[in-house]
Order: sequence, then structure tokens, then C-alpha cells
Amino acid sequence: MKRFAQLYGELDATTATSAKVDALKRYFAAAAPQDAAWAVYFLAGGKPRQVVPSGVLWAVACREAGIPEWLFDASYQAVGDFSETVAHVLPPARHESDLGLAVWIEERLLTLRGLAPEEQAERVASYWDELDSAGRFLLNKLIGGSFRVGVSKLLVQRALAEGASVDAKLVAQRMMGYTDGRVAPSPERYIQLTASAEAGPLDIGQPYPFFLAHQLDVPLEDFGSKLASPEEWIVEWKYDGIRAQIVKRASQVWIWSRGEELVTERFPEIVAAISPLANGTVLDGEVVVWKDGKVAPFNLLQQRIGRKTLTKKVLADAPVGFIAYDILELGGVDLRDKPQGERRTLLEQVVAEGASALHLSPIETRPSWQSFAALREEARGRGVEGFMLKHRRARYGTGRRKQDDLAGGTWWKWKIDPLSVDCVLVYAQAGHGRRASVYTDYTFAVWNRTPRDADEAAAVVEAIAKKEAPAPDALQLVAFAKAYSGLTDEEFKVVDRTIRRDTLEKFGPVRSVRPSLVFELGFEGINRSTRHKSGIAVRFPRMLRMRDDKPLHEADTMQSLEALLALQHGASVG
Amino acid sequence: MTDLVVQRPEGLYCPPGDFFIDPWRPVERAVITHAHADHSRRGHGRYLAAAPAEGVLRTRLGEIDLQTLPYGETIDHQGVRVSFHPAGHVLGSAQVRLEHAGRVWVASGDYYLAGDHDDAREDNATCAPFEPVRCHCFITESTFGLPIYRWQPQAELFAAIDAWWRGNAEAGRASLVMGYSFGKAQRILKGVDRSIGPIFVHGAVEPLNRAYRAAGIDIPETPVATEVKDKALFKGALIVAPPSVQGSTWTRRFGDYSDAFASGWMQLRGARRRRSVDRGFVLSDHADWPGLQRAIRATGAERVIVTHGYEAVMVRWLTEQGLEAGAFATEYGDNDDDENPHRSPLPPAGEGEQGAP
Repeated sequence: MKRFAQLYGELDATTATSAKVDALKRYFAAAAPQDAAWAVYFLAGGKPRQVVPSGVLWAVACREAGIPEWLFDASYQAVGDFSETVAHVLPPARHESDLGLAVWIEERLLTLRGLAPEEQAERVASYWDELDSAGRFLLNKLIGGSFRVGVSKLLVQRALAEGASVDAKLVAQRMMGYTDGRVAPSPERYIQLTASAEAGPLDIGQPYPFFLAHQLDVPLEDFGSKLASPEEWIVEWKYDGIRAQIVKRASQVWIWSRGEELVTERFPEIVAAISPLANGTVLDGEVVVWKDGKVAPFNLLQQRIGRKTLTKKVLADAPVGFIAYDILELGGVDLRDKPQGERRTLLEQVVAEGASALHLSPIETRPSWQSFAALREEARGRGVEGFMLKHRRARYGTGRRKQDDLAGGTWWKWKIDPLSVDCVLVYAQAGHGRRASVYTDYTFAVWNRTPRDADEAAAVVEAIAKKEAPAPDALQLVAFAKAYSGLTDEEFKVVDRTIRRDTLEKFGPVRSVRPSLVFELGFEGINRSTRHKSGIAVRFPRMLRMRDDKPLHEADTMQSLEALLALQHGASVG
Repeated sequence: MTDLVVQRPEGLYCPPGDFFIDPWRPVERAVITHAHADHSRRGHGRYLAAAPAEGVLRTRLGEIDLQTLPYGETIDHQGVRVSFHPAGHVLGSAQVRLEHAGRVWVASGDYYLAGDHDDAREDNATCAPFEPVRCHCFITESTFGLPIYRWQPQAELFAAIDAWWRGNAEAGRASLVMGYSFGKAQRILKGVDRSIGPIFVHGAVEPLNRAYRAAGIDIPETPVATEVKDKALFKGALIVAPPSVQGSTWTRRFGDYSDAFASGWMQLRGARRRRSVDRGFVLSDHADWPGLQRAIRATGAERVIVTHGYEAVMVRWLTEQGLEAGAFATEYGDNDDDENPHRSPLPPAGEGEQGAP
């Protein structure tokens, strides 16, 4: 545990990739396999469910620190992280412990689950009393199921591969599903991660690491010089579904989500469609709801995922299909080093053998990037997010790896611009982690109708400042979305200052703010919602920019949102 | 019976003595607790301060009408007996004791002591350590008035700074540590292991070092970085500079360097990450939570008035402990440190570098 806490400290203290890999290599070289097995699990994003309820931890922390709950709460507001707050408020430890990570996890942590709260409290308190501040912080993160560290899975794979002199791609493949919680990390599994190439994958249903796409941020006029001719590219529509890999081996089908979760049972239609395919086939593509011969909006898929049991009605209302766009294995042979174009040809042959729920992602061809751009304008109407660009000669890479050469092996997302409205900041809350104590999480509002003029808007602001409830039909601001990303640190600083200056009321961690700041808010989709007071829910909202130039009364209205809704709604039926 | 110290727009005011303590607007008579810019401003008629503060006060404020008084000695002013007592914050920092008609009040200014029991190893080695003064009413600061603030032992802290410096030196890098030029810089200079390598300072630090040396504090003789012609000398060196140099062209001369920030705010991971420095060292010139509680208890005061910091938290906590507690709104701690959550909502006008958390 000490060593792992030390590793955490080293990883947390640096932003340099090489320093992180070195720290990881030092750790793996020295750690016992049973400890390293758990270290890989946590570093690669594994999260055991919370073993002790927050309420219990909260109460025992107050008791051990000898402070009332309100004071712990005030401390938490300043720190912005529960685990760290606990680590700071406790008195210094009276004992020391030299137990390894595996013992901590297997014998001490996982056994807490299901115990009576009093027993959990006693044990946790005695554990805290054996650890320093760094160890306590880590323990709390592990207990709470919220461990995160600034290394990517790729870095962990790289460190393991370099340390054992094996191919990082192989380590990556063996690590697929390592963190999905089905099998506990063990010294055997850990040792297999870095075994020699002959040992093959860890288990039969294992997928390949997903190759992730990058945003293409190049103006259209530069496409020719940066990407060369469209003929060199495979251009497909970008679907808004669930990225998944389908593995057919040993007469069995496995469906893996991008989060490396096994989701086979959720999509029986796809299992049926894949079953006719030969053993030793792996496809990459998108799970979507497929209705009336086309892709349905994402929220239908979302509703289906939300269902625990797949009743007949659910299957009829939201039938899924799989749009395949790549093939990674055929006849048991890894195809990832074959060029995209060759893989595409093989894919077309294979998909033809599948049943009806298996679809081939169509390729669009146009003579120029300009005509592609024109075609892309149809994206919203087709219910897709834009185009995917894949170079014909590119191999299937690992993870998100960017190359300076745009025409190299990268997959590009060429998305349509987000929907956007100009809206007004009305509430703010401090962020977490590096944004603790800085107001970075905002709630935005639009007008319920267009204000007559600046004076009418100013009168509403005055009424809000005086806490006067508006008359039902009067002009007012309607909150409709929250966002916390899109601004630079410098911009956040400016907004934070304004919020502190213009705070009207504090409700716990939330402040109501005198309306004065206008932002352009972007989002990917808009839908009606009964759960939101405004009756509207937006997807992936983020701040596109501050609109200092825009007076308050020129911010958008509910009617602007309705218009976007009509645009999207009309689009998805049409 | 009126209070011995009240709030006025100009600052904390003593009605029977007709003088102010650390006023933020120009007044005729100012009693000064210490020489940080937010406590000792220009433009007052006459100044009274503790004798060891004279050098640093004159370094910072230039020609002022200053009268000084050794720690513990009293002066009588319109029936108010005034004396200064060490606060352990920076060189010359003092608590002001006021006695009038049988009542004793103490205004702490900024003060430093750490931990829940007295331990000479945790004293501030660059000035006289904090001395508790018995009083009826204690006016206390509360910069770090939350139980999350507990300072680690100084020996551990300086061992960590030394280890970082040594590691950089072995890798051929310079080590740039940033902290306030008055107080923090001298504690770093005094606390580090001088055998690791050469030490250089920023031009803003050196005049204060001279004042400290003149007061008999053992601060190493360190060249100012801009006067160094041979840049190879910076490899393996420690450079002590104010926070304002971060990201400035001034740092280019060091070539490859690792940077660190020394402040009590570095206790929190979020603050460390926002600072975007390689290392954050938790070195504060203010009392930690256990230190604040210990200082308040040691005064024996039944009434406590909390100023600059976590006033609301401290007032509620002290009230629950059975004390009579209230708060004064002051304009201290109004410095340019982004990590200070007590900062005023608008950027402070005037001097760039103030205060020293």
C-alpha cells in the first residue's frame, strides 16, 4: 500500500509522460505480482463498487477528527474531494503498516462489504490509524470506488511492455476486460499480461483495443493540402450509437462496449445476427436502434439501455442493429496490420453472410472535399453526427494516438457544428479536483420570450436581485442547461471573480448570481424532457465562448430552443 | 463599557487611545503589527511598531515617521498601555497588547505556530516565536481556519525540499522555488541544506535578506540571479523568487529547471494542480488549525473576535466551544495569490506582491 501510494504521488506530481512511464516501470519491477495485479487493475481504470456507504464514512470521519458535521462539510467545500478532506482532517496516525496492496484489497477492503455499519466504521477507523495522509487519501478513494489517476491505459501498457520486452499491442489486447470486474485480478493473470507472444490472448472472448478517432480541426480550404485527394480516403457517416466490438469464436458471441464492458446479453438481436458468421471473426462498429430501415435517434437507444429486463415490448419499440465498419480478425487471423482498404473488402464479404440486424456502414464517394462538405450539410437530417475519414492504407491502431501527418494512420471525425444558443449565467457552483474553490460549474437560462428592450431585461434582473417572484406571464429567465467546460483557465478566473462579486444568495455550495454574463452554449442534440423544469434537455452542453459583446436582453429565448427542437425533430422523422 | 477595539472604515480603531491598528486608509496614528503590505500601508502620519520590524518596515515603506518599542516594553498613550509581543509570523511581527481601565485586549495581526502542543522544532526560525499573551479579548486572524490545515513537521518539509533540489541537481537541472519575498523566502533560505549546491535569489528578495541579516538572522549570502553572467552556474542551483516570476521571461536564464511553490495553500491537491508547478511545498507563515486553537486557548480570553480568513467557520466553532465569538470585516489578506480563497472578488489595486500565506 505504501509503495502504491508512493507511485500515486509520483504520477500525480508530474505531467511528463516519460516520468510517468519511468515511475510505473520502477513500481512494476519491484512489486510482488499479487500487488502489481491490483495496481494494474486500478491504474487501468478498474473500479470495484463502493464497499462502504458514504454516510458511514462521513460519520466516522467526523468522529475520528473530533469535529461536528457542519465543520467537516465546510472543509469539504474548500477541498472539493471527500477522500482528500478525510485525509486532512484526521489526527496523525498512531500505528504503521507495511501490508501489500493485495492484502489491503482482498482481506481488508472487499470484506467490508455487507458488514454492519458499526463494524465497517470500526474497521475503517483502525485502517486510517495505520496510514499517513497519502495512504489515507488512496484508501478512501479505493473504498469509495472513485480512484482516478493521470495515466492512460496506454501508458500502463507501455510500461508493462517495456519492462518485460514484449509488444505493447499484445499487452493491450490481453488487458481488454481486465478491469470489467468479472474476474478478480490475480498474480497469474498479471504474469500472463506480459508473457511471451506465443501465449496468445488471455481468454477466448477477448476483443482488441479500440482504435479511437480524433476531431478534425482543419478549415475546408486546407483539406486538399493536408489530406490530399478524397480518393485516398474511405468516407462514412458518423453514427451516434454505442461503439462496440463483436467477437465470434468457438461458436460463441461476445459484444464489448468501448468501455470494455461485456454487454452481450443486452443485445440478443445482434447475437442472432452474428451467429451465422464463421468462428474467428471480430467486427468493429456501432450499436444503434434500427427502425423502419434506418437509424433512430440516440435517446431511443438510451432508453433501451436503461431497461433492466428486455421485454417483448422493449424489443419491439427499440430493436437494435449493428452497423459494421471494420473487421479486425477473420479465420482467427489478426487483420489489424492490413490496410484499411483491404479490411473493407473483407468486411463487405463477411457482412453479406450475417443476418438482417447486421448492416454495412455505407461508403460515400464524391469527387471533391467541397462536395463532401455539401453532403455533410445533410447530416442532421440523416440523424448522424457528420463524417468519419479513414485513410485507405492505414492500419488499425491502438487507442487514441495522434500523428502530426494528417494523412497518416489516424481516424478523423469531421463533425457538423453543434447547435447553439446565447444564454445567461444564473447559478454557479465550485468545481472539483483542480477546480475546487473555483466557480466553474454553471447553470444557464434563456428568456421565456424576447424582452422588449434593455430596460425590460434590467427590470427583471432587479426583481431577481430583490428576490421578487415573477408574475406567471411576465418576462423571466428559464434555466435549461448546466455546463462546466469550454473556457480557458484565464476565462474561468474572470468569470469566478464576477460570480464572487455578484452573488445574490448561497444555497449550500450553489450561488445564485445577478444575471449579467452571456455565453454561447453549444450542444449536440436537443429533446423534450419531462424531468427538466424547462421541458427541454440538451445533449453534451458546453461553453463555446463568452459573449461580452452581447447585451443581456439579446440573449436567446425559449422560442429559439423550440426552433432547434423542430429542426432536429423534423430531421429525425424526415 | 465600550470595546477597546472597534471597526472603522479606516481600519481597527482603539477609541480611548485614538489610534488605529494596521489601518488600510491613511490615518494620523497607526500601530503596525508587521511589515507585509496589507498591514503596513504608506500615507499614515505616525507609525508605532515593534523594534525588530524597523529594518523591514523601512525597506518596504522608505521614509516614514516611525517610533519603535522592544518586545514586552510598554508605552502609555492617553491612558492606554500599549506593548508588542512576538507573533512568529515574519521578522518583527507582533501582537499588540492594549490595557485600559483594567481590561486587556490583544490584536494578533498575522501569527504562526503549528500543531496542538508547543514544540521548539516547529518554531519559525527566522524570527522570535509566537508568545501567548493573557487577555480578556483576543482578536485573531483565521487565514487557515479549517481543520484540513495541519502543517507537517518542518524537518519533514525541508527534507522534502532538499530531496527535490538534490534530485534536480543530480539531473543537471536548476530548482526554482517560488514564495513571498518577505518571510517565506527567508524561511526557505534558512531551512534548506546549503551543501547541496549554490543558491541564488531574485532581486526582490535580496533587500529583505539584508534586513534579516542586519537583525542577526542567519540568512546565507546569495547572489542575485540577474547578476550572474555564467549561466552554467545555475545547473544544480536553488533559486528563490517571488511567485510573480512564474511563466515570465525572467526564468529563461535557467535553461532546464524544475519549479515549486511554497505556500500553506499547497496543502490541497486542487490548489497544487491549479498552480501548475512541478511541486507544491506546504510552507506557511500562518498558524494551522491546531495552532489557532492552541493560541486562542492560551490567551485565556473569554471573548474572541475573528478577522481575515474563515471568520464564519471559526466564529461558529468557538461559540460551540463556549466562547463569546464575533467577527470583524477587514481588508487584509488582500493579496495576489490566486490560491487564496479569501481573496477579494476584484483584483487588488496597487502593489503586486502583498501578504504571505
